[in-house]
Amino acid sequence: MVRVLKLELKGITKRFGSLVANDHIDVVVEPGQIHCLLGENGAGKSTLMNVLYGLYEPTEGEILIDDKPVTFRGPGDAMAAGIGMVHQHFMLVPVFTVAENVALGAETTKAGGFLDLDDTRRKIREISDRYGFDVDPDALIEDLPVGVQQRVEIIKALVRDAKVLILDEPTAVLTPQDTDELLDIMRQLKSHGTSIVFISHKLREVKAVSDTITVIRRGKVVGSADPGASTTELASMMVGRAVNLTLDKAPANPQETTFQVKDLTVIAPSGQHVVDGISFDIARGEILAVAGVQGNGQTELTEAILGLQDRVHGSILLDGEELVGRSVKDVLNAGVGFVPEDRSLDGLIGTFSIAENLILDRYDQAPFAKGISMSPAKVLENAKTRIEEFDVRTPSGSLAAGTLSGGNQQKVVMARELSRPLRLFIASQPTRGVDVGSIEFLHKRIVAERDHGTPVMIVSTELDEVIELADRIAVLYKGRLVGIVPAGTGRDVLGLMMAGLSPQDAHADTAGKLAAQRPADNPAAPQATNPAPATDPVQERSPGAVGDHHE
Amino acid sequence: MSTTATSPVPGKPSKPQPGTPPADKNRKQTVSAKPVTWKLPVTLMALATVAFIFFGLLGPQSTAKFGVSSGGDFFQLPAIEAPAFLSGIVLSVILLGLAGYALVLKAQKNQRPPRWLPAVFTVVFVVAFLIWVVGGARTPSISLAGLIAGSVTLAVPIVFGSLSGVLCERAGVVNIAIEGQLLGGAFTAALVASLTHNPYLGLLAAAVAGALVSMVLALFSIKYVVNQIIVGVVLNVLVSGLTGFLFSTVMQSDPEKYNSPGRLPIIDIPVLSGIPVIGPILFKQSVVGYLMYVAVAVIWIALFKTKWGLRVRAVGEHPQAADTLGIKVNATRFWNVTLGGAVAGIGGSFFTLVAIDSFTKEISGGRGFIALAAMILGRWNPIGAFFAALLFGFADNLQSIVTIIGTPVPSQFMAMLPYVVTVFAVAGLVGRSRPPAADGIPYVKG
Repeated sequence: MVRVLKLELKGITKRFGSLVANDHIDVVVEPGQIHCLLGENGAGKSTLMNVLYGLYEPTEGEILIDDKPVTFRGPGDAMAAGIGMVHQHFMLVPVFTVAENVALGAETTKAGGFLDLDDTRRKIREISDRYGFDVDPDALIEDLPVGVQQRVEIIKALVRDAKVLILDEPTAVLTPQDTDELLDIMRQLKSHGTSIVFISHKLREVKAVSDTITVIRRGKVVGSADPGASTTELASMMVGRAVNLTLDKAPANPQETTFQVKDLTVIAPSGQHVVDGISFDIARGEILAVAGVQGNGQTELTEAILGLQDRVHGSILLDGEELVGRSVKDVLNAGVGFVPEDRSLDGLIGTFSIAENLILDRYDQAPFAKGISMSPAKVLENAKTRIEEFDVRTPSGSLAAGTLSGGNQQKVVMARELSRPLRLFIASQPTRGVDVGSIEFLHKRIVAERDHGTPVMIVSTELDEVIELADRIAVLYKGRLVGIVPAGTGRDVLGLMMAGLSPQDAHADTAGKLAAQRPADNPAAPQATNPAPATDPVQERSPGAVGDHHE
Repeated sequence: MSTTATSPVPGKPSKPQPGTPPADKNRKQTVSAKPVTWKLPVTLMALATVAFIFFGLLGPQSTAKFGVSSGGDFFQLPAIEAPAFLSGIVLSVILLGLAGYALVLKAQKNQRPPRWLPAVFTVVFVVAFLIWVVGGARTPSISLAGLIAGSVTLAVPIVFGSLSGVLCERAGVVNIAIEGQLLGGAFTAALVASLTHNPYLGLLAAAVAGALVSMVLALFSIKYVVNQIIVGVVLNVLVSGLTGFLFSTVMQSDPEKYNSPGRLPIIDIPVLSGIPVIGPILFKQSVVGYLMYVAVAVIWIALFKTKWGLRVRAVGEHPQAADTLGIKVNATRFWNVTLGGAVAGIGGSFFTLVAIDSFTKEISGGRGFIALAAMILGRWNPIGAFFAALLFGFADNLQSIVTIIGTPVPSQFMAMLPYVVTVFAVAGLVGRSRPPAADGIPYVKG
């Protein structure tokens, strides 16, 4: 742990055909620092790191380690040079044990090529003890929670003696508590001499741990920032113009309740109750945000409302009409607008044109169809209006929808769903993988739909989004409704609820912990001097507070 | 047997379990996630009922006689005589008991039956079936030793074929071309052995031929990313056509010169080969037979105990992960497929160097496909595949014996048995089989 290494990227350019993903990027990672690459989705951060890790060959430019140029022909070379990477999607074999995954590619062997997993187990325990990871070397990866899987990834890099650790959007899959623990781990790694390249677009986390911030936009470095810079400053650097992070949202004006879910249970093919006895209602002119870590029943809940799930018990009433047991088409015709969580899989047909995608739900209705014939002119005309209205950036409505960027694809889906009179609007992950500029726009449209008097249900795993949009927040955990709390509930309370604690317990817990923690030395103290944005009321609390609760 | 072959969780990503405090975080949490279905207990009960009615209640009144020792054994054991009706009743009651136990476990504790239960059930069922068939025959007597030895003999090419499948699919390439590899091996073995008058050279040539067929599969499916199933099927047709053509144009023109390979000698290990029943199957084999046992053991150890095996399995499960750790995914796949072809080629030589001493058109007779089924039934595990292949060999052998001794069951039904077993197995009735996650999916970088 004595040898530290200075890493420099000089004029890195990576082109894929005519697309320039990285354009002469210069980054210097000083030894023993947490260096953040901040940028929106699609800004070229991951491409850059894949170049650094030897997965892509740079078109131009060079990588210098301790001022000596190196070339990586593959990840093996990068690892040998002391670079480790934790990918956004974990690179772990689910049916292997922790030890087998850690050993893979850097196996210790006995004579004759036989595996010596005992040696690997010993190394895992050593690292696990040093950082308090608590990982069992013989557990199967597929049995482990996501947070632990991530630690296995970190162990993998450390076993290979990584001096620079690249973390690619490491918090995307974590609960707020897991995130805080990860930030702690990062600080610990730093104190042991490991440099970290932290790739993220989440400002709160970036500000909490970074020593240096490099902002990347459209494949170019647009500057570096001090972690003390305000969130608004960072966001406008990232997006390239002034952005309004706080949504101007009038207080909700709830009217009569028209949408009710009673004792809803959804049974998966495995027999598991993936949605377990949920009841809630939404009034007209109100946004209910459903929060929770991914995979706690949100997908099944929305699909059950739309009629996509088979084994549904309970009742779903829209304007007094029962939706359970009706076909998807019936439900859509009843006035339900639905934005699915995976737009490229369920929201669009990538090879169809934008215009065709905009009428997927009404292709057989006037004015687009007459008898068995369709009217392409009407379809294109519709596309023109929608593209303008929703600011979809495309030269033409007849281009394939798959060619659009994530944000623009989402605008197309949203435009389709919002272009008919609705009596209920459901949006799952409305802004996942969407650039900040588009997020602003999409959020405004959702609020506009609410103000129009539609009951709105948002499902999001991003706490920021939930806090921003919600008038009330419902938290799901393992298919059950943990509770419904009003907007303005603290981030840490929500975080605990997402881990299964009831609202009362969560409140009591955070109140006690915060009181106990406050006098202690607070490593994130500088943050308190920054004007915390209104959306982030708990930003100045100690980042370790919630994580400590578990230990 | 191994960790990978015993995980019946369907291919579903594990869901995050955020609520567990860190102390619990690395505990295994699958128990609740595994769906326990009624499929297996109900199927067992149905089979047990069939057994009770046919083997028990409607069983023949004669005595089935099973010869255990053959003339060459160094000590003789008396033949086993089983009163067919009584044995049928007893065995089918045991079957009912086992099935009932499985049903009770499911109904009361929602547990799947222990792993030994389906295996024991299969064995008892087969024994009951055997007694019933033999007891009902015109001459109710067969040689058990002969039956088992014959089963092993018939299983040899199937074992090699399924090992080829295991090697390819563990690395993530679907090998439908086993049939072509067997056939190519059989033809080349015959031709080369005839020309050189040396069956051992024929054996070597068979391995090379199988590997060549496999290289075509590897080249098209890995380098040119053609659909692996289509390449496999096309290869089978190609090899069949090619060997058929060469057989009728070259071999038929001068069978003495081109199609009389001579047999590989049976190597009889003294004393040991005299052990009743197991002696002949373990210690009185041709080189190919001994190679089969060696191949099963070596491939199992290599796959699950060595560095090479860990990498191969990683490539078949999560090629991207392997790539990020500096493992060359496509090279690993290419050489594994090639090796698989060589193994199948050796299996093919069994047809022309051991079983019969000449080549005929389509001599492999679809055993490549049975091998594929054996691989699935054996859950992509060399040892599992070996026993599955033995089961198919057994059914195959039983069919011919039954025709000789004359039983009430038409032999065609016997011939169907392996396929019925396969369909049931693939449908996941006998435990769920989970193929390698990246099986059949080409790896394209970036």
